[in-house]
Amino acid sequence: MLRTLIAVLATALLASCAPTRATRAPAPAAAADDADGASAAFASTYRAVSAAPVLISGATVLIGDGQRLEGADVLLQDGRIAAVGRQLSAPAGALRVDGTGKWVTPGLIDVHSHLGVYPSPGMRAHSDGNEMTAPVTPNVWAEHSVWPQDPGFATALAGGITTLQILPGSANLIGGRGVTLKNVAATTVQDMKFPGAPYGLKMACGENPKRVYGQRGGPATRMGNVAGYRAAFIDAAEYAHKRQEAADKGKDAPKRDLKLDTLAGVLDGDILVHIHCYRADEMAQMLDLAREFDFRITAFHHGVEAYKIADRLAAEGVCGALWADWWGFKMEAFDGIQENIALVDRPARSCAIVHSDSEEGIQRLNQEAAKAIAAGQRAGIEITPERAIRWLTANAARALGIQDRTGTLEPGKMADVVLWNGTPFSVYAHAERVWIDGALLYDRNDPARQPVSDFMLGQGGAR
Amino acid sequence: MNRWLTIGLFGFALALPLGAAAQDLLIRNATVYTASSHGTLKGADVLIRAGRIAAVGTGLAAGGASVLDAQGQALTPALFGGITHIGLEEVSGEAATRDAGLALGADAHHMVVRPEFDVTLAYNPASVLLPVARMGGIGFTLLSADAGAGGSIVGGQGGIVRLDGSSDPIGPRVLFISLGSSAASLTGTSRAGQWLLLDRFVAETHGRIPVDSPHARLTPEGRRVMAGYIDRGGRIVFRVERAADIRQLLAWSQRHHLEIAIAGGAEAWQLAAQLAAAKVPVFVDPLANLPSDFDQIGATMDNAARLHAAGVEVGFSQAGDASHNARKLRQLAGNAVANGLPWEAGLAGLTRVPAEAFGVAGQLGSIEVGKRADLVLWNGDPLDVAHTATQIWLGGIALPMRSRQTELRDRYMTPPPDRAAGQLPRAYSPRR
Repeated sequence: MLRTLIAVLATALLASCAPTRATRAPAPAAAADDADGASAAFASTYRAVSAAPVLISGATVLIGDGQRLEGADVLLQDGRIAAVGRQLSAPAGALRVDGTGKWVTPGLIDVHSHLGVYPSPGMRAHSDGNEMTAPVTPNVWAEHSVWPQDPGFATALAGGITTLQILPGSANLIGGRGVTLKNVAATTVQDMKFPGAPYGLKMACGENPKRVYGQRGGPATRMGNVAGYRAAFIDAAEYAHKRQEAADKGKDAPKRDLKLDTLAGVLDGDILVHIHCYRADEMAQMLDLAREFDFRITAFHHGVEAYKIADRLAAEGVCGALWADWWGFKMEAFDGIQENIALVDRPARSCAIVHSDSEEGIQRLNQEAAKAIAAGQRAGIEITPERAIRWLTANAARALGIQDRTGTLEPGKMADVVLWNGTPFSVYAHAERVWIDGALLYDRNDPARQPVSDFMLGQGGAR
Repeated sequence: MNRWLTIGLFGFALALPLGAAAQDLLIRNATVYTASSHGTLKGADVLIRAGRIAAVGTGLAAGGASVLDAQGQALTPALFGGITHIGLEEVSGEAATRDAGLALGADAHHMVVRPEFDVTLAYNPASVLLPVARMGGIGFTLLSADAGAGGSIVGGQGGIVRLDGSSDPIGPRVLFISLGSSAASLTGTSRAGQWLLLDRFVAETHGRIPVDSPHARLTPEGRRVMAGYIDRGGRIVFRVERAADIRQLLAWSQRHHLEIAIAGGAEAWQLAAQLAAAKVPVFVDPLANLPSDFDQIGATMDNAARLHAAGVEVGFSQAGDASHNARKLRQLAGNAVANGLPWEAGLAGLTRVPAEAFGVAGQLGSIEVGKRADLVLWNGDPLDVAHTATQIWLGGIALPMRSRQTELRDRYMTPPPDRAAGQLPRAYSPRR
């Protein structure tokens, strides 16, 4: 159990995210418009795989916006969702897919993954998710740790994951920038970067930072944690002010500071804030912190007590990225309940998200959602599949700031699509085919359409 | 507001009295998954008398027993929760709440071998983990003693406990030994050292090394306990993943005529035929499909299906948070079924297989006359996470489908109290 515990704690130590001002930018846009030019660095070189049009016909279609269509067709063309409806006609050269008896959903999105930064195999040499050298490290970027050969990307794809945010861990009060990736196998992380997706900032509440730094200069307490966030944002506010003043008056800008660049990006609203935070009282502290420094929190991650403040989260427009059933592995997880997602989803204008924080969980977010639906039902809350799918698609896209690019099957969006063998909300569900930007990049029945990482080549004897 | 009220009352109605006595009960018209050679019985009845299963069939007479119409729903044996620390740890991250490992030595270089360590003596049946597990249809679990620094690769002994609040384990003790890379730090950083040590323990047990030898590792009591496993057929559970290690284990255990089981076994499918021939049950984690380390390069979703096809008895155990989330074990079974394991074998891995492997099959693990009435009623397919347990009986007692988690849920189901209207804070909500 100790090993498990360490694994859980290590995992619990991770997270971050990014916002987007997603226009309908063509694929390789670099979104290089930060005042400091930072987002031009390490620009996306993602290229969609070109493919013939695809017409999926006669399926149960969950659009991702709360709608469900029976016996419907979905047309993918030029990398986009071209149309969803009945009796669509196939363009010349289109590949036809019989969807009878099957379900179609948007590609799934995991807002909290450590694939690549804590990859398999979990060797010490691979442990690149927590810059545990100081409690405030907004200068580090998860993308500089991502190992694209993590075999977990392929197994996540088999679970229908088309987009994911890789976050730094939660050892630090401010852990660094996260990066949003398209789940397309590549040799460099730049080739995976979601074009134009905003950056995320990973922050962490509670036990992890104070445990890691308690004997190393602090913080050693939760009050120390909060003092640490405030000190960082005081510096950031001053930096942003000087930078603005310099721009206004044509004076020299202050020397560029990677830490303050990121935090100033948060204050400007360009970088989305994702906070690892379990307890309701601590989430309330962080909401007050955001008020003090005038920034927005995009999502609380893990939030095992989010159900205690579900109304407030919805009212403040903050997403809750949650597990279906994790609890009890540390004190701040002791009050976890299986109805957490259902209760966070319940208020008007809510934003419940199913996240994984796990190389196993990311393979079956659909099953995690199924558990949350079942728990809700047990408590008298009926949740339809067309509503629940939003937890894995549209709401997740909103939290990553890419909701106008992906996350639903609305025409014009990226053709990120999963064909399921039946309802996705079952232990027996299989993603049969997965398209990303219109290209068939996973087929359960065709080994030629299943990516294999460099690491797995020549390994393990005969399979 | 009506909706809140309805939910509140619904919740209250679920609050059955704790400490209810076993009453005779006829569960009528269930789909009975017996997990035995009787297979699945549709529209069948199960009669419970004095905490035991008195009859299974159709058209049974109640004979004074109260009657529950299952309306065709699935009835299974109460499920195995896996190899866990339920009742041995309350909060994993808090050492003060953990009792599953013995570390008498200073560190990994100060090995202390205590097979006589019996972790069941630490078992706390009042742990909040028990009702949480029961809500998931779990009725029994195998408590494990874990290897670790300051101890040795021999973790010690555990045993099966039923999650009905009783204090004592049932059935024989089980010895736990860890092999492979995760345990190599305990044997001079090489897994080859594990065989050197195990051979030494056998020699000591058989008296070939004097107790007072400076090289002796076992206490006299440790030798006596080891003899129960080495000479008298006690079950030893080996935690091991790599095929090469499993091959060595099979040779070693056959040399000493041991009764073993494997927990983990990520690469066990590569030795499926040999494991079947040796009659070694394997408790796999069907979700372990990634090369988490270099012992699990061959991990695959097909592991359970391939082992079963070769004739291996397949049970389940999980690598993740096995204790707090023991309820996830049926999701593991369901995924094994989704990847080729026959459904009946999936249920068997949660019932009959662990009961037989750990010496309690005479009492539980199947729905057969004479067995304890440890049963679960489900609102759908028991292996599908889309469905939940609606009632669990242990020893014929219908235990309340409540836990600390449902208490929390119900406290926060209602809108925030309106203090201006004189409503009290949530902390004043009635206790059930």
